[in-house]
Amino acid sequence: MVEFNLPPNSRIKEGKTYPAPAGAKRVRRFKIYRYDPESGENPRVDTYDIDLDACGPMVLDALIKIKNEVDQTLTFRRSCREGVCGSCAFNIDGTNTLACIKAIEDIKGDVKIYPLPHLPVVKDLVPDLSVPYAQYRLIQPWLQAETPPPAGERLQSPEERERLDGLWECILCFCCQTSCPSYWWNGDRYLGPAILLQAYRWIADTRDEATGDRLDQLNDPYRVFRCHTIMNCTSTCPKHLNPGKAIAEIKGLLAKRTF
Amino acid sequence: MEMRSSLGRVRGLGSAKEGVGHWWAQRFTAIALVPLSIWFVFAAISLIGVDYATFRAWLAIFGNALAMTVLVGTLFYHAYLGMQVVIEDYVHHEPARVIALLASRFIIFVLAVSCILAIALVAMGR
Repeated sequence: MVEFNLPPNSRIKEGKTYPAPAGAKRVRRFKIYRYDPESGENPRVDTYDIDLDACGPMVLDALIKIKNEVDQTLTFRRSCREGVCGSCAFNIDGTNTLACIKAIEDIKGDVKIYPLPHLPVVKDLVPDLSVPYAQYRLIQPWLQAETPPPAGERLQSPEERERLDGLWECILCFCCQTSCPSYWWNGDRYLGPAILLQAYRWIADTRDEATGDRLDQLNDPYRVFRCHTIMNCTSTCPKHLNPGKAIAEIKGLLAKRTF
Repeated sequence: MEMRSSLGRVRGLGSAKEGVGHWWAQRFTAIALVPLSIWFVFAAISLIGVDYATFRAWLAIFGNALAMTVLVGTLFYHAYLGMQVVIEDYVHHEPARVIALLASRFIIFVLAVSCILAIALVAMGR
């Protein structure tokens, strides 16, 4: 059955508090999830008081400041700091989003930062993404065509290219994937919104010739049809894409080919 | 301890290559239930307070008996499809899930057959 209670070794405890330097005027409190599976200790939430006058505007700026100046043991992924790499996806203020494009001033009260929900935690804010990556590989995210390539590129009309808009922009941050209750309950068999948006990106590509095989792979009670149009995916996407619509398109095509 | 690769686990037993039929049937029965339910509510209101003989005469009209039978069949089929989704979502223990799916299918089948049998018997004057 679904687990509604955390096991005892997952209950979160109160952690350490790191006060702001004396004389700080604009202080914000950051509460950050800390966990090291190898320590054998329960997860804890550490509190960091940060002087915003000595810190950049985004949540990622605060995390980097904490790691550089306050507590080097804090572990998190980040790379591009401008919303194109998808590394710094966390649960911030109760919503999955990218720390680099989430402004601190848009958050009311304490800034609470947790790892993406319902994935195994490697350390602190770093979740284990090996299952989502394997699911991405399952949908074969590359162009498949038997027609020999022409001398130049495989061509698309501007209208055909437009069908990929709202799909190609996905950066695989897995904010949507880990916001979906269906993915929480059946993440081993349900492919999840991020992977299904990517699957539809190749189904919608007019240069691809494997559409039928792709639909065959998806037509399964668990792989696609665990989607119950909850739409957490679409409301949480930091790139403002619509995975819910992509999944609906896949369901529509599966139904269409039976008529 | 599981040493299998993530890709092997995720591919599992492969695609069932079915599932769209269930999804489509669930939507089709849902839409069909809208007019059927409205008809049933109006019929039930019009029959408030009548005696058994009047009700029996109403149900003996072919159109009424047909609509009642279609309503009951659609309703229980839709109920089964919905139960199946809930069980697949939340019951993860494999033997328990299979037993729950088969049991719910059997119970709903028996309920549907009893309702249709009752409609037939009453309509035919029992």
